Amino acid sequence: MRFVDEYRDAEQAQALATQIAALCEPGRQYKFMEVCGGHTHTIYKHGLEDYLPENVTLVHGPGCPVCVIPMGRVDDAIAIASRPEVIMTSFGDMMRVPGGDGSFFDAKAAGADIRMVYSPLDALKVARNNPDRSVVFMAIGFETTAPSTAMTVLRAAAEGLTNFSVFCNHVTIIPAIKAILDSPDLRLDGFLGPGHVSTVIGCRPYEFIARDYGKPLVCAGFEPLDILQSVYMLMRQLAEGRAEVENQYTRVVPWDGNARALRAIGEVMALRPYFEWRGLGFISHSALGVRDAYAAYDAERLFDVPGVRVADPKACQCGEVLKGVLKPWECKVFGTACTPETPIGTCMVSSEGACAAYYNFGRFQRQRLTEASRV
Amino acid sequence: MCLGIPGEIVDVAPGPGDLATVDVAGVRRAVNIGLLADDPVRTGDWVLVHVGFAMSKIDEAEAAATLHLLRGLGQAYTDELSALADSDIS
Repeated sequence: MRFVDEYRDAEQAQALATQIAALCEPGRQYKFMEVCGGHTHTIYKHGLEDYLPENVTLVHGPGCPVCVIPMGRVDDAIAIASRPEVIMTSFGDMMRVPGGDGSFFDAKAAGADIRMVYSPLDALKVARNNPDRSVVFMAIGFETTAPSTAMTVLRAAAEGLTNFSVFCNHVTIIPAIKAILDSPDLRLDGFLGPGHVSTVIGCRPYEFIARDYGKPLVCAGFEPLDILQSVYMLMRQLAEGRAEVENQYTRVVPWDGNARALRAIGEVMALRPYFEWRGLGFISHSALGVRDAYAAYDAERLFDVPGVRVADPKACQCGEVLKGVLKPWECKVFGTACTPETPIGTCMVSSEGACAAYYNFGRFQRQRLTEASRV
Repeated sequence: MCLGIPGEIVDVAPGPGDLATVDVAGVRRAVNIGLLADDPVRTGDWVLVHVGFAMSKIDEAEAAATLHLLRGLGQAYTDELSALADSDIS
């Protein structure tokens, strides 16, 4: 009760918890995946697992954009950034992500011109202000950020800028969910759908999950009560024998998404035949590259990148964490060799990564519970 | 990066840049509103801002609730807000 601090919220949370418990069939285990790192953060921060019956568990999905960048792509980006004519621009979240040979921060310390920006439009401004340099934007993220990159490329083209390009690492959420559904490691009963990604893609792309896999999905908001209510909606579907896509986050998510954002992505980017995800391996049609028509803005074509695949460190189990097979604290290096200060795996880097969220909010309590359950 | 930060539109600038000034927790910065052109934003509207782009319109109550939630995130929110404060889109 101490986690949800306001009395009214706590009361509502307790009411939802009671309703969820009432829907549990005795002896049945329920496992739901929250796809989005933002949800993971809320769940740990507010101790929402404590509101759920013991046989209802939440597992964490791959929806942390920084977490899924493979090491080889970081190395490629650093190779570009290390060229004397290049200014690399990046979101702050990306700066500590380790590649095979260090992170952006390490490369910057070694002399590469790498600058943190809030928006790709800030990167565009750096290009305008530095006409004699080649400015590259490290584009990462799911469909939440892909429209921003696309709109920025369109703007650069409209302005006729010739010294701006993007190193495109945008990924799409649907193939990752499908890869998890097809994976033999994990039996799931349903999904909490990502809130902000759904603002862009809407709810329809998830329909195959209900239709082909018979699993319910509820697009969920980010507040503690949103998540509990979404779990309740999933439980009710299961109790009534339904598998549908429902939208709990109607305050923000339109059923059909944002048509303009989708058009911008489609104009500038096309699906790659395959792309590597850290921990998950190669997934078909799971990422976006720059279309031929905008080749002049594609850093991958403008610069020679090594393109070498780098295996994840052996000790790191981010792949299992990203697939929901392991809880963060079950990883061999969690909290010992791998901490937010010295991350080995990406899940410990981003504040949306399951491991970082767990380390910051849940670690001690969960350890106690684990120890208690062993006695 | 994935945090959507609520802001209030305080000025809409005409022109090809599709820019508007938003007030985000007291910080005023330019953002792009081109993705909302099908339902144009006006002064006084609340929007969720992702990496310099207004991505969806929300009502004031939702904005207040989201801000409350974000403040509770601590460091992740402060980082995002200070990144926004350094932003200088034009």
